[in-house]
Amino acid sequence: MSLRSLLAFLAVLAVIGLLAFGLLNKGATKVAVGDPVPDKVLPALPGPGHGSIADYRGKWVLVNLWASWCIPCREEAPVLQRFYERNKPHNTTVVGINVQDNEGDAAAFLREHPSAYPQLRSIGNERSAAFGSIGVPENFLVNPKGDIAVIWRSPVDDQILRERFLPLIKAKS
Amino acid sequence: MSFRCAFSVLFPHKAHRNALCALVATLALAVAPTAPAIAAGAQDPAPQTTVNAIEAEVMCPICGTLLELAESPQARREKVFVARLVAAGKSKAEVKDALVAQYGPSVLALPKASGFDLSAYLVPILAIAIAVVALAFSVLRWRRSGREDEASASEAAAAAPRAEDAERLEADLSRYDL
Repeated sequence: MSLRSLLAFLAVLAVIGLLAFGLLNKGATKVAVGDPVPDKVLPALPGPGHGSIADYRGKWVLVNLWASWCIPCREEAPVLQRFYERNKPHNTTVVGINVQDNEGDAAAFLREHPSAYPQLRSIGNERSAAFGSIGVPENFLVNPKGDIAVIWRSPVDDQILRERFLPLIKAKS
Repeated sequence: MSFRCAFSVLFPHKAHRNALCALVATLALAVAPTAPAIAAGAQDPAPQTTVNAIEAEVMCPICGTLLELAESPQARREKVFVARLVAAGKSKAEVKDALVAQYGPSVLALPKASGFDLSAYLVPILAIAIAVVALAFSVLRWRRSGREDEASASEAAAAAPRAEDAERLEADLSRYDL
């Protein structure tokens, strides 16, 4: 192989490598029912302190991704608070994860829509990417073993929670 | 003990007291014009940058466009956040740092000059360098081939028949002309 051919080959290889790297990085993580829930220790909202979904292993956890600028999240907040209050005695909790937001706005949202359940904060879209999120709000039911049982990529209301989430919790509790 | 008594004890001579009073009054007059400015500055520091300058250099991470072009609810919140920091007298770098702390590095329109992001700056430089080298080689080659062409042309010219040879050749060819 001549030097010129070798250089051309290396150049083509470099371009293909860059394209492949870009595609691999661009592709959002996919999560599916049955997968372990993506988890990470995050700052509590409002601080101080930290928390993670793993802190509630052994319980059913409804993970709610939300942002203060998201209008459906405002309508969903009291629904989730009611769900938490009703199902807390049944080994169930809710964990809110604030994403793609700034801390001041998120804290103001929580003052306006108080929640008794734990809230965590993700910087930027880091957690959204981990959940393969396409928007906010999104909800994930995690079983006591830490695996995803339900993926609901839109707001929930009382009816959806009653029909799609509660049967699983009641069946296996 | 009253302030007046203490003043009299510290400065028993009237001349000293008067001189001190004059000094205090002069200092008060000198400081007085700057006092409102200092007070105003403490409440409302002068902006070091503009909202437009920041919005042209940062992204709306959800929209994937520059913040100045974005009009989504998230972008509007981000704009308010930027405006608040600019009004607080933060510099452009400080505002960008605060944005990264809140929204992550994807909020920066320009990648950072460290880690893998450095390749965004290095790859174009390398590509230009390779292009320049390739161009230089091409020019050298072209010039060399040009010189070779000139040499072969002069060789050809040198090999061309002389006038009497050409005449004889013509005569010979015409003899065999059919």
